[in-house]
Amino acid sequence: MRNVGWIIGLAAGAFVALLLSAFGQDSLFRIHMGLVTAVLALGAVILMRLPQVARVPAGVIESNKQGYFDDPIRIGSVLIVFWGAVGMLVGVIIALQLAFPDLNFGPWLNFGRLRPLHTSGVIFAFGGTALITTSFYVVQRTSRARLLSDGLAWFVFWGYQLSLFMAASGYLLGITQGKEYAEPEWYTDLWLTIVWVAYLILFLGTIIKRKEPHIYVANWFYLAMIVTVALLHVVNNISMPVSFLGSKSYSLFSGVQDALTQWWYGHNAVGFFLTAGFLGMMYYFMPKQAERPVYSYRLSIIHFWALIFLYIWAGPHHLHYTALPDWAQTLGMVFSIMLWMPSWGGMINGLMTLRGAWDKMRTDPIIRMMVIAVAFYGMSTFEGPVMSIKSVNGLSHYTDWTIGHVHSGALGWVGMISFAAVYFMVPRLWGRRQLYSLRMVNWHFWLATIGIVIYAAVMWVSGITQGLMWREYDSQGFLVYSFAESVAALHPYYVARALGGALYLSGVIVMAVNIWLTIAGKVRSERPLVAPATVQPAE
Amino acid sequence: MSNKEIDDLSGTETTGHEWDGIKELNTPLPRWWLWTFYGTVVFALGYTIAYPAWPLISSATPGVLGFSSRANLDADLAAAKAAQGGVIEKIAATPVAEIVKDDELNRFATAGGKSLFKVYCTQCHGTGAMGGVGYPNLNDDDWLWGGSIDQIYTTLTHGVRHEADADTRFNIMPNFGADGILTTEQIDQVAKQVASLSGVEGGAASPEGQQLFLDNCAACHGDAGQGNPDLGGPALSDRVWLYTGTLEGIKAQLVKPTHGVMPAWGVRLGDVAVKELAVYVHGLGGGQ
Repeated sequence: MRNVGWIIGLAAGAFVALLLSAFGQDSLFRIHMGLVTAVLALGAVILMRLPQVARVPAGVIESNKQGYFDDPIRIGSVLIVFWGAVGMLVGVIIALQLAFPDLNFGPWLNFGRLRPLHTSGVIFAFGGTALITTSFYVVQRTSRARLLSDGLAWFVFWGYQLSLFMAASGYLLGITQGKEYAEPEWYTDLWLTIVWVAYLILFLGTIIKRKEPHIYVANWFYLAMIVTVALLHVVNNISMPVSFLGSKSYSLFSGVQDALTQWWYGHNAVGFFLTAGFLGMMYYFMPKQAERPVYSYRLSIIHFWALIFLYIWAGPHHLHYTALPDWAQTLGMVFSIMLWMPSWGGMINGLMTLRGAWDKMRTDPIIRMMVIAVAFYGMSTFEGPVMSIKSVNGLSHYTDWTIGHVHSGALGWVGMISFAAVYFMVPRLWGRRQLYSLRMVNWHFWLATIGIVIYAAVMWVSGITQGLMWREYDSQGFLVYSFAESVAALHPYYVARALGGALYLSGVIVMAVNIWLTIAGKVRSERPLVAPATVQPAE
Repeated sequence: MSNKEIDDLSGTETTGHEWDGIKELNTPLPRWWLWTFYGTVVFALGYTIAYPAWPLISSATPGVLGFSSRANLDADLAAAKAAQGGVIEKIAATPVAEIVKDDELNRFATAGGKSLFKVYCTQCHGTGAMGGVGYPNLNDDDWLWGGSIDQIYTTLTHGVRHEADADTRFNIMPNFGADGILTTEQIDQVAKQVASLSGVEGGAASPEGQQLFLDNCAACHGDAGQGNPDLGGPALSDRVWLYTGTLEGIKAQLVKPTHGVMPAWGVRLGDVAVKELAVYVHGLGGGQ
């Protein structure tokens, strides 16, 4: 039997989880550990039953002369689409809950529990799986080296998926430490720490054994992401469990120190997870798809170092006009403003890489997707510094403007560049000549783009409406509107926002069908996107 | 590296590196990018000189403008207070019955009460103060605990059935049915009697009903069902109903009455706010 070591490991893990469940001090911990037991046991059974985990055509392995380890990347490519659909579906549901509160079905499906399921589902499940999967793909090809260890790669890949399962099931059960984007409790955090350190070793080890003389820029960004996220995750989650067999813990920090630590983490989760990591993706897949050299090596160096040096200080801008001392607020603001150009360095390098290949915008919907991703990246990394200015923040803070800003980054940048990477990788990973349908990619592009535009525009209007209503005083000095009146005023925007999200989600569903049929080896007979004379040769 | 080449399309030299077919052009930094970056750095430095910024051992550089968000808040509050011209102090010192007679104080208190009402009262009494089933309408002239400005003020200050407040408005109607005080037949008679007072459908006055009403209800609701604000006995002779104004609704309330509560706002909001709320509610139309 193959995979004996893994089966024993999973069974042992299931046994430990079962013990934790049996001796748990609170019912939530017992249920949560029971779920972990079930998942690990299921994993062991599946491994015993399946002769081979991934369905790989024999030809691919034979033709894979460089000997890259692509099995987890194939599974990852499918899971990116799966998690994207799940995370965005929950997003549409909670958008509808905000518009129609009767859709809250408590306690498990209340907004309060589904909201972290959506944010973590998109950031960590969709985005994280995309980062891990593409980093495995990119680091091997740009280092001309197989991953450091197959076993470690599997551990990182499935270990991360287990942490996602623990986080998601915990949210629905009501287990949370109440820190935004860091909601999972101490034991999930500990498990993720182990996985993440393994990821660092795997990635670094692969770079060290590279056969290329230099480290490619994409790998700088991936590595910066891995190192910094480890640091952020560990520091922000330092806490003392009430019991080592219980689901509740208390943070080491308190008061404004806790808030600052949380937003140092929260902002850099955006900076290093959602910006640096996905820039790594952009730096590989965009020149590959465009078949053009990267625009400027020097710009990539300067903007990389400027970005990672400046980003880490910008977190205090989340705490303007709070108990945070003035000096920290000032620094948070000015570092955010200095971030503008370093962020735009990535946009320039992405867009200008297309110099001489702009005609592909017409012929290649994947390039189109990459361009819109980089455009939204540029838009939101300009909007961010603007919102960090204290007087602007006085209006925008706590309003839907922030939600719109995050989504133009998440839907526009992170989503689109990940979709493009999946469209790039899947035919190559399964040895297919081309995607099932380029027209469906084009549909996906338009559904997603229209969805984002509706979403962002509606949130601007609703955010500014909120901000203005909250600060409206009458001539006697009394507030004109109550909070409930501002909520009532936003109803039409919330309905429109759900529509934008639903369009974006429908694009992902089109993608799922397209990817599925591509993997199945089918090709849709369809009219080419442009006149046959300019059709691209198939990959 | 030796394999540098000139890219045909851009005419720029590459760095000579190549990874999986990706090359890099050795394009210099775009000037506008570099100078804008420098510009933001210069702005940042200037801003940190002007405002509190650099942390020292036990404090931070104060900035040459002397900015402080706490001092700004104090100044804003002082300015807002000055703009109000001491009206708040006058409201604090004036009995509520005098406030409604003073144009300036009345106008100010009504504005303040309106703002407070939206935050604290609309949840039960509705945005237009029109109430709902179990929640009194504040626009009409039918008052449970009295509609004079002083009575409204007292009700607001101490709340209704708010147990933590010794002076709270309190009464309780017996469970005439549930506790077996009246028989089912008697409840039927008295309910019809009550319904007849305001012409509710199915109502019918009878000597038995009248006697039962006088024996059991009149003490709080008045001999003719006109209500008694001193005891909080609702009027039964008008067509304003706190609960359901049907014969069935009246019977249900007789069998096992429902009672509403309201917090004692005096402790939570302070006397000035309660005076403002009283003036606003009194001015809604039904004030006496």
